[in-house]
Amino acid sequence: MQTFDLEQNDLRTLNATLHAQKTNTNQTAWNIINPRGSHAIAVGLDAPIEVTVNGSTGYYCAGMNQQATVNVKGSVGPGVAENMMSGTVIIDGDASQYAGATGHGGLLVIKGNASSRCGISMKGIDIVVHGNIGHMSAFMAQSGTLVVCGDAGEALGDSLYEAQLFVRGSVKSLGADCIEKEMRPEHLAHLTELLTQAGSDAKPEEFTRYGSARQLYNFDVDNAGAY
Amino acid sequence: MCGIVGLFLKDKTLEPHLGEMLTEMLVTMTDRGPDSAGIAIYGNEVNTQKKLTVQSDNGTEDFVTLAADLSAAIGVDVSLNRKDTHAVLHIPSNSIDTARSALRELRPELRVMSAGDTIEIYKEVGLPSDVAARFDVRKMSGTHGIGHTRMATESAVTTMGAHPFSTGPDQCLVHNGSLSNHNSLRRELRHEGIHIETENDTEVGAAYLTWKMQQGSTLGEALDSSLEDLDGFFTFVVGTKDGFGVVRDPIACKPAVMAETDQYVAFGSEYRALVNLPGIDQARVWEPEPATVYFWNH
Repeated sequence: MQTFDLEQNDLRTLNATLHAQKTNTNQTAWNIINPRGSHAIAVGLDAPIEVTVNGSTGYYCAGMNQQATVNVKGSVGPGVAENMMSGTVIIDGDASQYAGATGHGGLLVIKGNASSRCGISMKGIDIVVHGNIGHMSAFMAQSGTLVVCGDAGEALGDSLYEAQLFVRGSVKSLGADCIEKEMRPEHLAHLTELLTQAGSDAKPEEFTRYGSARQLYNFDVDNAGAY
Repeated sequence: MCGIVGLFLKDKTLEPHLGEMLTEMLVTMTDRGPDSAGIAIYGNEVNTQKKLTVQSDNGTEDFVTLAADLSAAIGVDVSLNRKDTHAVLHIPSNSIDTARSALRELRPELRVMSAGDTIEIYKEVGLPSDVAARFDVRKMSGTHGIGHTRMATESAVTTMGAHPFSTGPDQCLVHNGSLSNHNSLRRELRHEGIHIETENDTEVGAAYLTWKMQQGSTLGEALDSSLEDLDGFFTFVVGTKDGFGVVRDPIACKPAVMAETDQYVAFGSEYRALVNLPGIDQARVWEPEPATVYFWNH
């Protein structure tokens, strides 16, 4: 286990050190102490290493992640795991706005709540939130899966493309062109797998599936004046 | 961008350290607002006296005989405590209105930053650490305070464009964001007889709250209606004599983090601003909900 103290060394050195780890590195476990809300911790990683952040972080933690597993033992500021490509990011506390935004792949787990715009414009990432999510989540979400074990805020899935949304609790309101959909066996299987990966004991059958009605003007030009 | 910090103390033993704690928080938010900085601090109340905080770019001349001149004009004892470009006048409560009229005659160029029983507002152009040092904020004690670091977007970088803005006796407002309907609202408020000095958007927000409260709204009601009438982005923190409030617009893209322990309630634009507070690791930390008015009172 390598320990990196952000009170002793600066952020640029931390990220450069983590970037220097190659796919075959034998320094596979990293422990970051004293993050003290700093921004851009463990951004742009591209090696199968495990990074533990002992405390809360600021903006853009674990952005653009590939291959690595990043576990934050606290809460994160805006834009956690933004544009993640692969790997796993686990937040033990809460996440601020636009968690997992534009993510292409990998798994983001938020054990607390996520605030507004969770999964906005997601492009293939899977996101599991153990708590609630805020308004405008999954706005223009293109692909991937957003699982919410608690409640969702206003305008869920507005202008949705092909992403799948599963919510166990209430949804304050659905966004334009987002509708409730039938839960078929393949959806239950996929949801069960994601809940297991995310360490959630929520029962898959308690969830409702939401998706795109595919009626917005980009799907059907006759509706160009409808919104 | 802009940064906001706020600290409301529950534990009286921390009161002598308020200025020190707020300064630490404020300086951490320098990246978010290096143009100007300001602080509203709620200090000790002296019975039967009010505080008037005034600002002058030429304090050496304006302040030197001000207390004596004002005393002579209104016939009561007035004391003055100068801090750089600002001075706090201590005036008997029943003479506050005559004192303010006399002040306009005696020193028309002075700007009134705040008025009330406990509030003092200090703000200037410059880096937050420099501004805090000029006013010796670290040495100030008090029950609660609000600070702001400004990155200007809507109007010029001037002392009067810095935050906090006074909204009434013992009340102030700081803002992170930008209001998009401030020009039309400024015209309407001026038509209603509300004095607005600058082209700054936040001053319009402050004037709006003042106007609403003149119409009979409580501060909470005024904040509620601001969600309807103000267009744009805002995280507002308001100070009152016995507490502070927080409200974010419904879109809530301007950040906000709160922390509460048995000793304090704290606000920061970012968690970084809170990391030096005592017991922060055990604090309840959360993000205030959009379009929701929060208040903490003594």
